[in-house]
Amino acid sequence: MADAPSGRSLVVDAVTHRYPSGALAVENINLDIKGGEIIALLGPSGCGKTTLLRIIAGFIAQTQGRIIIGDDIVDTLPPNRRAVGIVFQNYALFPHLSISENVAYGLAARGIDKATRQREAQRLLELVQLPAMAERLPRQLSGGQQQRVALARALAIKPSILLLDEPFAALDKNLRLDMQIEVKRLQRVSGITTLIVTHDQEEALSMADRVAVLSHGKLEQFGSPSDVYDRPQTLFVNTFVGSTNRMPGVVVSADRTAAKVRLDAGAEIIARPAGGALAEGGRVTVCIRPEHLQFVGGETGFAGVVGMSLPLGATVVHEVTTADGSGVKVSQARIGETRALENGAAVRLAPLAPSLANAFPATL
Amino acid sequence: MGAAPASRDVTTYGMGLAVPLALFFLVFFVAPLLQLLWLSLHNDTAGLHWGLGQYLHFLTDPFSLGVLGSTLLLGAEVTAVCLVLGFPIAWLYQRVGPRLQTIIILIVLLPLLTSVVVRTFAWIVILGRQGIINATLQSLGIIDTPLKLLYTQFGVVLALAQVQMPLMTLPLITALGRIDPNLDDASCSLGAGSWRTFFRIVLPLSLPGVIAGCTLTYAAAITAFITQSLIGGGQMLFMPMYLYQQASTLQNWPFASAISIIFLLAVLAVVSVFTTLGRMSRGYGGA
Repeated sequence: MADAPSGRSLVVDAVTHRYPSGALAVENINLDIKGGEIIALLGPSGCGKTTLLRIIAGFIAQTQGRIIIGDDIVDTLPPNRRAVGIVFQNYALFPHLSISENVAYGLAARGIDKATRQREAQRLLELVQLPAMAERLPRQLSGGQQQRVALARALAIKPSILLLDEPFAALDKNLRLDMQIEVKRLQRVSGITTLIVTHDQEEALSMADRVAVLSHGKLEQFGSPSDVYDRPQTLFVNTFVGSTNRMPGVVVSADRTAAKVRLDAGAEIIARPAGGALAEGGRVTVCIRPEHLQFVGGETGFAGVVGMSLPLGATVVHEVTTADGSGVKVSQARIGETRALENGAAVRLAPLAPSLANAFPATL
Repeated sequence: MGAAPASRDVTTYGMGLAVPLALFFLVFFVAPLLQLLWLSLHNDTAGLHWGLGQYLHFLTDPFSLGVLGSTLLLGAEVTAVCLVLGFPIAWLYQRVGPRLQTIIILIVLLPLLTSVVVRTFAWIVILGRQGIINATLQSLGIIDTPLKLLYTQFGVVLALAQVQMPLMTLPLITALGRIDPNLDDASCSLGAGSWRTFFRIVLPLSLPGVIAGCTLTYAAAITAFITQSLIGGGQMLFMPMYLYQQASTLQNWPFASAISIIFLLAVLAVVSVFTTLGRMSRGYGGA
């Protein structure tokens, strides 16, 4: 794919879309995507991620804002002139056309002659490792194979941007991993700027260079997978990506980089003000991931009673009930003979480090 | 090794369930049809002398062949008009909101809820010398003398197309509804314009519906005795009326029987062509 116009940048500039009913689908979304990046649009269903994808593809005209691909503002271009490749969730292969006709469809639409089309289709089918399937019909292929064909078909038009709409949702778990690796490989080879819409956080974190987390049509955070996971900017991101314990508390003192929080569970801890400055005396929600809590000795940390311990292979998860009656989960790596905790054992817990406890102003 | 003990499969079906309808068909359809065939194989009106005279008469008589030809042509014209007018309606139906869908389906079904006779008389009122069309055109000063619309091929085709339209539109709506809407988007994103998408994707995938609609419309149009006779009037003769005249007016039952059989075979031939096309299109269409 050395000849592909790879790596055009994509800018989503203050895009807002309102449904005819007046409801906001997406609100003031800004994304600055560099050429050749893989970006994941992550969010629960109904968060506007598919709407945003359809706006970029040109199927929906946004109410406000601009879409810029490379140096071109594409807002007035219809989908068939945007050179955006799409892989649909259900693949949307043309059921009456053979695999090679499917792959060559976009080339035919560009008026390329038949011999070139067939050669190109064959080359792409080899790229997705299905060279022997050219004459079959889509329904004769398995789900994973159909997806490869859908990818080949989208790549055939040498798109400047590749959009994948929940591409792996219909595949079973093992096949999904294979296809994720495959897509990442193809993306590396072609260097095409790629946008993956997904509700699966593992998929987003493992595949993307950067992740855009959406909720209720708003962009919550746009950053690298480790930014999103370790330094979430909003309570939503912290709870939606990965699992977390939410512990209510009151700010005792705070500056820009650290806040002392008195937890309702009965201890003072240092937390990171994740969503901006915190007011002294204000209610906050502190998020600590299960793997960032540790058992401590002495009188440090907060007290709790072990309820249940679940050995999950590489880790053991303990359910601990704190003094204020709320439950927290603690995940412990299973190193050597991890001490099994008795049901009802009194323990004390503390975060591994202040930067791993994120404090957000309490909503409500 | 004996057969396994007759294990009753829960999905087996009892042919006995079809017996009542089969008997009904046997008595009231197959038997009269055989009687018709028997009658047509006689050379005289009394039915005493066996022979193929009636068939020979029909097939060597330019007038009879003309009636057959114009009837088959009428069917083709009505089918074509229904297809051209019905496809956009069906296409639209799949793309509008639920409220408009209800209105469209109501408009499509409405003709079925009125008697054919009433609908045909409505067309007489519209097409007549002092009918709505002529009156409007004259009052607008576009024409001086009334146009001849009634008792013309044009009038018959128009009225039949309206009367048979639901038979075309309903199968088309079903067929278009079974096409994944993502295919439109996929085609578009691959660079195809609307016409290419229509001819390469939508039309081929809707072929089963097109063929079902054409078969129904065609069969209904060429046998539509009432509309053909009332709108066509005395000057235009089609097979059903020809048949009726021979049987009822001239009492030439053997010739009428032969006409029936020939007409039946002609219709069967056309329908089986449609069916073959349908089977071929399903071969690659069924998704």
